[in-house]
Amino acid sequence: MALQSLDIKNRSATTTPTPQARSTVEVAKLIDVSTCIGCKACQAACMEWNDIRDEVGSCSGVYDNPTNLTENSWTVMRFSEIEEQGKLEWLIRKDGCMHCADPGCLKACPSPGAIVQYANGIVDFHEENCIGCGYCITGCPFDVPRISKKDNKAYKCTLCSDRVAVNQGPACVKACPTGALQFGSKEDMKDYAQERIADLKERGFDKAGLYDPPGVGGTHVMYVLHHADRPQLYSGLPQDPQISPLVAIWKGATKPLAALALGLVALGSLFHYVIKGPNEVSKETEAEVEKEDAA
Amino acid sequence: MQVDRRQFFKICASGLGGSSIAMMGFSPTVALAEVRNFKLAHASETRNTCPYCSVSCGVLIYSMGDRAKNAHSSIIHIEGDPDHPVNRGTLCPKGAALLDFVHSPNRLKYPEVREAGSSEWKRISWDEAFSRVAKLMKADRDANFIAKNADGVPVNRWLSTGFLAASASSNESGYITHKLVRSLGIIAFDNQARV
Repeated sequence: MALQSLDIKNRSATTTPTPQARSTVEVAKLIDVSTCIGCKACQAACMEWNDIRDEVGSCSGVYDNPTNLTENSWTVMRFSEIEEQGKLEWLIRKDGCMHCADPGCLKACPSPGAIVQYANGIVDFHEENCIGCGYCITGCPFDVPRISKKDNKAYKCTLCSDRVAVNQGPACVKACPTGALQFGSKEDMKDYAQERIADLKERGFDKAGLYDPPGVGGTHVMYVLHHADRPQLYSGLPQDPQISPLVAIWKGATKPLAALALGLVALGSLFHYVIKGPNEVSKETEAEVEKEDAA
Repeated sequence: MQVDRRQFFKICASGLGGSSIAMMGFSPTVALAEVRNFKLAHASETRNTCPYCSVSCGVLIYSMGDRAKNAHSSIIHIEGDPDHPVNRGTLCPKGAALLDFVHSPNRLKYPEVREAGSSEWKRISWDEAFSRVAKLMKADRDANFIAKNADGVPVNRWLSTGFLAASASSNESGYITHKLVRSLGIIAFDNQARV
């Protein structure tokens, strides 16, 4: 029997993770931006469930409040007004962790077990192991994690792993009054997305599609977009998100090479010790040096 | 601590060796990575209706404690009731934030009165509040009740007072409210739940 409620697939800073015999259903959250009304029930439900409260902000002139993700706002609504060919479109996107299949944060994290990926696809932060270095922010192609000013540890959406572990949907999805948020197995979410896309295409959005970017191995938070050909319209959703090459090089090729170099140095020292032995100082040399010092 | 040259080298070598071994993946894996415990385990679940608007969504109120004699309940979480036909588990942003409404320091918890000409709210008892409302209603009704119109036709109207009842009422309490108001002759009557 496992000692945790969700099986672990990947762990940060662990070269040889324990293999898992079990496989569980992959879950996903689907955000249908075409049925979202921007009411922010998801934002309220998220804070309520996770026992976090953001500071009361100020109006920046648009509906975005707070204007960015914070350590206490794990999800925010982003509103963008797009004017094209005399037509105004108000595109609303719920932003937050995408729970990538190939998570950049986990790759970049140097602290063992601070970031884990469960077999069901959820990428979770374990603050007790977090050292607050902020590498996860550099590693994230979506700029999601935030460091708390209170405890200097990284926080982000957990996809309500505590609810999912007992077979409940995330708090945001449960609250959503228009059904723009859906939760289920990744397969079911893809099927449901196809229904929505077919409907949108019938309504004249012929570029409608699913946002499940292959650059990060697919995500466990997917979007149905009416302009899937231009995701950047939705407050800068990246067209083709990739983990930063710096992270890939540093944690990819450099890490084993550096480990090898370190090992060789240690081994070399050992051989040197075995062959040459300790550096003996004869009585004569010592006396000579002392004499020189005295003079 | 006194460290001579030789000991210093030994410490360095063992440190380097240990970290190299760990770097090469020979470190034991982290034993546990558990999700946050489900915070509603064994909380008391109470069904209720959201007090905000006339949609009257069903909510589940979770409180700590199992209602044992010595355990004092306190509401820790509120979410939508999936079995309620109106909202089927969903809530609006205000409904989703009901917990802070319940615990708000500005919440009205008892009857208060602000006398004419005063800027101060004064706390009064429920008995005082009921008799005050009844007295004022009776005085106004006695003064302004219209039993018959100009043609002598009985109309039994009381036009100088209106009545606004709460949302989230059941059909039964709506019926009783209606009975009371109409039997007094009040015409201007509304209820957020549109009974």
